[in-house]
Amino acid sequence: SKASPHWTATLCYVKPHNGRLSEGEGARAVPLAGHVGFDSMPDQLVNKSVNHGFCFNILCVGETGLGKSTLMDTLFNTKFEGEPTQHNQPGVTLKSNTYELQESNVRLKLTVVNTVGFGDQINKEDSYKSIVEFIDAQFEAYLQEELKIKRTLHSYHDTRIHACLYFIAPTGHSLKSLDLVTMKKLDSKVNIIPIIAKSDAISKSELAKFKIKITSELVSNGVQIYQFPTDDESVAEINSTMNSHLPFAVVGSTEEVKIGNKMVKARQYPWGTVQVENENHCDFVKLREMLIRVNMEDLREQTHTRHYELYRRCKLEEMGFKDTDPDSKPFSLQETYEAKRNEFMGELQKKEEEMRQMFVQRVKEKEAELKEAEKELHEKFDRLKKLHQDEKKKLEEKKKSLDDELNTFKQKKTAAELLQNQAQQAGGSTTLKRDKERKK
Amino acid sequence: QIKAQRLLYFNMSESTKPHPQGKGEKTHVGDSSYVGIDAILEQMRRKAMKQGFEFNIMVVGQSGLGKSTLVNTLFKSKVSRKSVQPNPEERIPKTIEIKSISHDIEEKGVRMKLTVIDTPGFGDQINNENCWQPIMKFINDQYEVYLQEEININRKKRIPDSRVHCCIYFIPPTGHCLRPLDVEFMRRLSKVVNIVPVIAKADTLTLEERDYFKQTIREELRANGIDVYPQKEFDEDAEDRMINDKIREMIPFAVVGSDQEYQVNGKRILGRKTKWGTIEVENIAHCEFAYLRDLLIRTHMQNIKDITGSIHYETYRVRRLNESNIHFSAHLSDDPAVEPKANGQLEEQPSALQPNGVAAQHEALSHEM
Repeated sequence: SKASPHWTATLCYVKPHNGRLSEGEGARAVPLAGHVGFDSMPDQLVNKSVNHGFCFNILCVGETGLGKSTLMDTLFNTKFEGEPTQHNQPGVTLKSNTYELQESNVRLKLTVVNTVGFGDQINKEDSYKSIVEFIDAQFEAYLQEELKIKRTLHSYHDTRIHACLYFIAPTGHSLKSLDLVTMKKLDSKVNIIPIIAKSDAISKSELAKFKIKITSELVSNGVQIYQFPTDDESVAEINSTMNSHLPFAVVGSTEEVKIGNKMVKARQYPWGTVQVENENHCDFVKLREMLIRVNMEDLREQTHTRHYELYRRCKLEEMGFKDTDPDSKPFSLQETYEAKRNEFMGELQKKEEEMRQMFVQRVKEKEAELKEAEKELHEKFDRLKKLHQDEKKKLEEKKKSLDDELNTFKQKKTAAELLQNQAQQAGGSTTLKRDKERKK
Repeated sequence: QIKAQRLLYFNMSESTKPHPQGKGEKTHVGDSSYVGIDAILEQMRRKAMKQGFEFNIMVVGQSGLGKSTLVNTLFKSKVSRKSVQPNPEERIPKTIEIKSISHDIEEKGVRMKLTVIDTPGFGDQINNENCWQPIMKFINDQYEVYLQEEININRKKRIPDSRVHCCIYFIPPTGHCLRPLDVEFMRRLSKVVNIVPVIAKADTLTLEERDYFKQTIREELRANGIDVYPQKEFDEDAEDRMINDKIREMIPFAVVGSDQEYQVNGKRILGRKTKWGTIEVENIAHCEFAYLRDLLIRTHMQNIKDITGSIHYETYRVRRLNESNIHFSAHLSDDPAVEPKANGQLEEQPSALQPNGVAAQHEALSHEM
């Protein structure tokens, strides 16, 4: 927008004539002569969030049987789901469940998404696809809401995935190629936190080697996993220490075992008990600390400001938008979006039309065929009928001629009998004698 | 494919008592049921402290009503235009000017970028017709700037917020009723920004005159359908409504501003010294400055920003995007096959489909069949 002649900026301060605030250029700092009270702003902000509630979405990627559901139960101290899944799924599907959790005054809408059937197929080439599609679908839903004219962003239920826990099988050797491929496809779309599942299957020394191997494979394949942020001094130290412990070797359990005089979450074996919350036994506590207690907000923020922005940028560029002309900007995005959408709808309509036409054509053809067949049948029927009539006629004629013959024969017979009678009358006695003799 | 969603409710920790805002785990050793979800509050607080806040406040009223002084008193600092101007001459401009000044202030680790927008010349002319226009334009321009950044493909991580969060309107202490100018201004602007009306220089009114004046003003606002902050329709819940009802019964606040300190009863206080006594600005028996300060800064600042962002800005955005759609569909005329030009203008193209082509074809088909 052009500079309004009614605006002025005082010389020392940054407020350029076009009315835009430039980032990074600060205003003058002034001291306060007393308590003003805006130090309550963080509290005001937090109170508003508490009233509104929070939402957090975790995606668990890993083969069936690696303890994903158990780990979620353990992390959130609740029994979430039902039966364990079968191993015979034909493809990878994503199952999503949302739960309302509350702890003191904090209400959390937690969504846990599980990959069902991951790694079970013989051909795993397309395994990552449904995961990527799911993540993109959540970004798309948010983008749609953001682009709406009348939108309700502040009450929108955000389903974008904030953290992806990638479960690595505890082979002790190296990452599987499926793992590398999948993580590579996901690292630009979601915050990946790799964890070694069921790590009580690996000995301590093997575990150290395993972690080193995994980390080096991730680095050499250029997989960007989530780094706990180290820019804020209050958490920089703990976060950077934790970064060096990745991938976390976890054990999950909701069963409790008595150790000393306390009940602790543990897995009991004949040779010993693995305590979930014992940091000497596994990294569960580290995972919980990082995922929930220290960096939940950062995970949400990275999802929104980095992964979502990237998706949005790519999607809009793909649809042909450009940040070119400042004058027409409010229009061009909406307009071009609408134009593209209408174009798309138009194409859709055209395709529908084509299909309809094709259908109609086929129907007509079939109808014509049937009509032909019907005609043929009629003709055949007529022919047969005629044939039948001809036959009948012939037979009747024959019958008639036979009847005539019969009549003629009868007449002849009558005439002959008459003659015979007359002849008998004349030489009748002889005949009678003959008859009498015959009768004797 | 995504399977069914289930909403289940769980109360994880036995203790519903709020945990102290500490570093999470250390206070909960031994509580085996504690997950740590409430640690997100501390995380949010940390983030807020790191990012800081922005607040943009506009003051409107004719000259001489103590606008600059009041702003300085509110923020206990020389933040107004007058304090900053190199030549502090009291010249009344011939047209309304909009002057915006930003300061970085900090209190107990909380950093704020405060922008005070002054409007010298408002209401000072002989003919004040349309004097709200430049102010409306400024407010809308800030929405426009924000919208433009928001719809960029490559947009900033944090969009700088220059939108006017709150507009304090100064009513001269006549003691009678609102003037037509006051009504006109507030009626128009209350639709685009949060208006907080105040009775300026209230030390010229006795308490009875003040109460009568306030009552009249409230009635006039109601009669003219003017919704000032806090607006009834945006009360979130019963608790909110209760708090805000109390505020609504008190506005407009009768204020006195001062940046001079005096000694009263052994204490240094801000006040105005006259021959007949010293008016203590922060004494609620003398004037209502403290209520205004509490409302704007200590309790409702975040809410004021939220209303600006989620209501006023969204209203502007809806209107703006609809305008562009009307402009858009005027070119479009039901024709989906339109290509936009590179500069965003539209161009019509001959289309294969007639506007009601599809319907017509349906008809034809059904006849054929």
